[in-house]
Amino acid sequence: MARTVTTQRKIVTTLVAWGIGLLIFFPILWTILTSFKTEAQAIADPPVWFFFDWTLENYRVVQERSNYSRFLWNSIIIAGGSTLLGMIVAIPAAWSMAFVPSAQTKNILLWMLSTKMLPAVGVLYPIYLIFIQLGLLDTRVGLTIVLMLINLPIMVWMLYTYFKEIPGEILEAARMDGAGLREEILFVLTPMAIPGIASTILLNIILAWNEAFWTLNLTAARAAPLTAFIASYSSPEGLFYAKLSAASTMAIAPILILGWFSQKQLVRGLTFGAVK
Amino acid sequence: MRLGRSLVASTAIALIASSGAYAQTLTIATVNNGDMIRMQGLSSEFTEATGIELEWVILEENILRQRVTQDIATSGGQFDVMTIGMYEAPIWAERSWLVSLDDLPEEYDINDILPAMRAGLSFEDSLYAAPFYGESSMVMYRTDLMEAAGLEMPEEPTWDDIAAAAEAMTDRDNGINGICMRGRAGWGENMAFITTVANSFGARWFDEDWNAQLDSPEWLEAVTFYNDLIQNYGPSGAANNGFNENLTLFQQGRCGMWIDATVAASFVTNPNDSTVADSVGFALAPNREGLDKRANWLWAWALAIPASTQQQEAAMEFINWATSKEYLELVAEREGWANVPPGSRTSLYENEEYAQVPFADMTLRSINAADPNNPTVDPVPYVGIQFVAIPEWAGIGTSAGQEFSAMVAGQLTPEQALARAQALVTDEMEAAGY
Amino acid sequence: MSTKASRSAARLMLAPAVILLLGWMLVPLTLTLIFSFQRFLPMRGGFQGWVGFENYVRFVTSSAFWPSVQATVVIVGGVLLITVTLGILLAILLDQPMWGQGVVRILVIAPFFVMPTVSGLVWKNMFMDPNNGLLSHLWRFFGADPIIWLSDASMLSIILIVSWQWLPFATLILLTAIQSLDSEQLEAAEMDGAPILSRFWHIILPHLSRAITIVILIQTIFLLAIFAEIFVTTQGSFGTRTLTYLIFQRVLESQNVGLGSAGGIYAVILANIFALFLMRIVGKNLDR
Repeated sequence: MARTVTTQRKIVTTLVAWGIGLLIFFPILWTILTSFKTEAQAIADPPVWFFFDWTLENYRVVQERSNYSRFLWNSIIIAGGSTLLGMIVAIPAAWSMAFVPSAQTKNILLWMLSTKMLPAVGVLYPIYLIFIQLGLLDTRVGLTIVLMLINLPIMVWMLYTYFKEIPGEILEAARMDGAGLREEILFVLTPMAIPGIASTILLNIILAWNEAFWTLNLTAARAAPLTAFIASYSSPEGLFYAKLSAASTMAIAPILILGWFSQKQLVRGLTFGAVK
Repeated sequence: MRLGRSLVASTAIALIASSGAYAQTLTIATVNNGDMIRMQGLSSEFTEATGIELEWVILEENILRQRVTQDIATSGGQFDVMTIGMYEAPIWAERSWLVSLDDLPEEYDINDILPAMRAGLSFEDSLYAAPFYGESSMVMYRTDLMEAAGLEMPEEPTWDDIAAAAEAMTDRDNGINGICMRGRAGWGENMAFITTVANSFGARWFDEDWNAQLDSPEWLEAVTFYNDLIQNYGPSGAANNGFNENLTLFQQGRCGMWIDATVAASFVTNPNDSTVADSVGFALAPNREGLDKRANWLWAWALAIPASTQQQEAAMEFINWATSKEYLELVAEREGWANVPPGSRTSLYENEEYAQVPFADMTLRSINAADPNNPTVDPVPYVGIQFVAIPEWAGIGTSAGQEFSAMVAGQLTPEQALARAQALVTDEMEAAGY
Repeated sequence: MSTKASRSAARLMLAPAVILLLGWMLVPLTLTLIFSFQRFLPMRGGFQGWVGFENYVRFVTSSAFWPSVQATVVIVGGVLLITVTLGILLAILLDQPMWGQGVVRILVIAPFFVMPTVSGLVWKNMFMDPNNGLLSHLWRFFGADPIIWLSDASMLSIILIVSWQWLPFATLILLTAIQSLDSEQLEAAEMDGAPILSRFWHIILPHLSRAITIVILIQTIFLLAIFAEIFVTTQGSFGTRTLTYLIFQRVLESQNVGLGSAGGIYAVILANIFALFLMRIVGKNLDR
């Protein structure tokens, strides 16, 4: 760090930044705290903060009512599967557009992004009918395919912008050495592209995990992921804040933890070509 | 592409085949209400007795409705048993989307189902959905607050009685609102309630030629009355309050009265959840001085079998279990009589132990006071009390409900809300080809 | 640089993505287009004849249409304004030296990991509920009457919830862009005694322009489709019925698939006009 900063200024910055950070994080923190309260404590005024009898009762109730592990497993399979499948399609496409650009490249890229504009509600009927015909309703295969398709444009776009930053001279040098297409991709490009690929994967897992329209409408029991799990805890009869909090915590915890551990990777490649 | 498709299809077939390989499994879609969650908890008994495994899809009411409607309309076949209401049952039965339940075994005793419930869930004299619990609406009030105000609630109150009681009990400084009513938009939320108020004021949704009637003076009077009541004596934020929000408020002791579903009685008198459990009284839903229609509705959550299921027999077996007399006894044995799903069977109300339950009698009287075939003072071309049993109702009710909700929030006057609702309803009815 | 062979190889590599997306676009779109010219009422037995442009006329002439377009624009615009403005400020702040920068960054990006249904439910019940929500406790603590968020400030509430979810995304992209800013350039300006505001205006903001366009583009695509946040909070009441929500009501609540499909086609057209406009800007930026 070349810039010299007075300690005083650093203290102020730190305080302000922490304050804002905690403010933004607060709703999540509050949800997690509430999940350990009783229903009466959850709505108490004045609110109880940290000093209450922490209870796991809500988690027990939620676990008793729904088979959390299956919802979780479905979420993992669907989010992971659609991302993996998407990468298989997206990497070659992005590679070819970045390194062998043609006159249409930009148009194709923008067109791909425009397919995301199709309003999901508007095409629910057609998709539902097609799914019935193919026997894909309430299957993980079906959901994986749909989520792959809706996120594919984002994947291609992200990878393309990332690949484009890899200097072409390196490739040419490799070609001079007699590297074929395969070697070129495997040994030259891949290592350089790993940060971009990693953050694309992460972003897409997050997007797929949180997708709440198709995952709810195309599943019943067997393939239902955590978005469906949460749908059974919104406004039931009686007090429910604590149980809702427990269910919410269970639904977001896995992705939150994954996100935190990999935030460096996520941030590194998440540029969408914004940096020049 | 073709290869890809057949690959997908064969994978799918393999998945389906493998799921059918072991024991029979039923997929049951239901609402996340307390009674249904209890049913889920007790369902291991069913599996033990029959060997039929159950998959539960428990969703919030709005999401559930959207899911099952979508599925039934496209013959998706995702569910083997669906929880539907009195609104859906006759419409879906007419489309041949449901399996008739006339084949239920004799010991099921179909004649034991309360006549009002059976009529509402039948189409052309065949039963298409078995009531899991049934409800009407009634007044629930705080006996202690009434006493403190020096008032007495008649068993058959008029709207004037209600307004007087609401005024007397309102004590804003102590957070007590005279009356809680539904305000949240939705055909099954505020419109259910407002429609019953309208009925009791002599209004109707449509005349006999299907012309919308929301511009009538009766509607204006009813809606103005409702709006005044909720503005003057209702809780703040009433425009967002549905059944559950009001239940919470009442349990916390913040409502003097609450007019809503009879099933709520068991929740507000349950000392585990309710702080006012031992001071709740019940009365019939009000009428307007001089008119004899009461503002009570009729509803049942019922189990039905979609025609698209492959497992009719097993589904029938499940319904036979979940809506049987034995199920009621099972719940009574485990959780006490007060927690038995109410309003479905005559025999329950003939049971002496159940008669001890404080709200049993008033629930039955409320249900019996409801007549879906003659819901209004003036004749109408439709059946249904708090709804109009036509496919377009869900859309109409919800969009009109949003206008009334905006009125409760103070954004529209009753006149404006009614004018807008009238225009919306006319639009939708035209689009549907009336 | 590319040979003929690598050109055809490139085409081959691009093909799967193009074909898949073409199929994903064309098949549902064609079906929607077909439905939109039909009277199609599943609850009345499905197909009931061809009606030409009747559904299209009915959809735009309905009293709900223009307010829904307006609601969409207000929500998208409001969220963009909040996330971009706060995103820039946050990015600048996070770029400053401080203790525990990593942890602060984790705190700031956390909302992005929360699924929309959960954030809608949590905000609605635990914060904005006028009786039991935390914000109402806070208001009462200061002796004020709690705001009835979801009805009296419905638009603001939705914008707030959605902005909370998308602020991390904007902040992250803008932060990466800021970090790439030549710090020597900034320092030189600082030495010259240029005031903070002018440094921001003449150096930082121009540098961020490209990142800002990208944030706007990507977010708009997602914001036009927001659904869960409205579905679990206001359900389209109190003026929060967006175009997407209106289509939902037509298709699923009224079960009028023809009418809803016509609405879907309108939404596609409107979204593409918007996108075209945005993409021209981004497209230019891509060449730079």
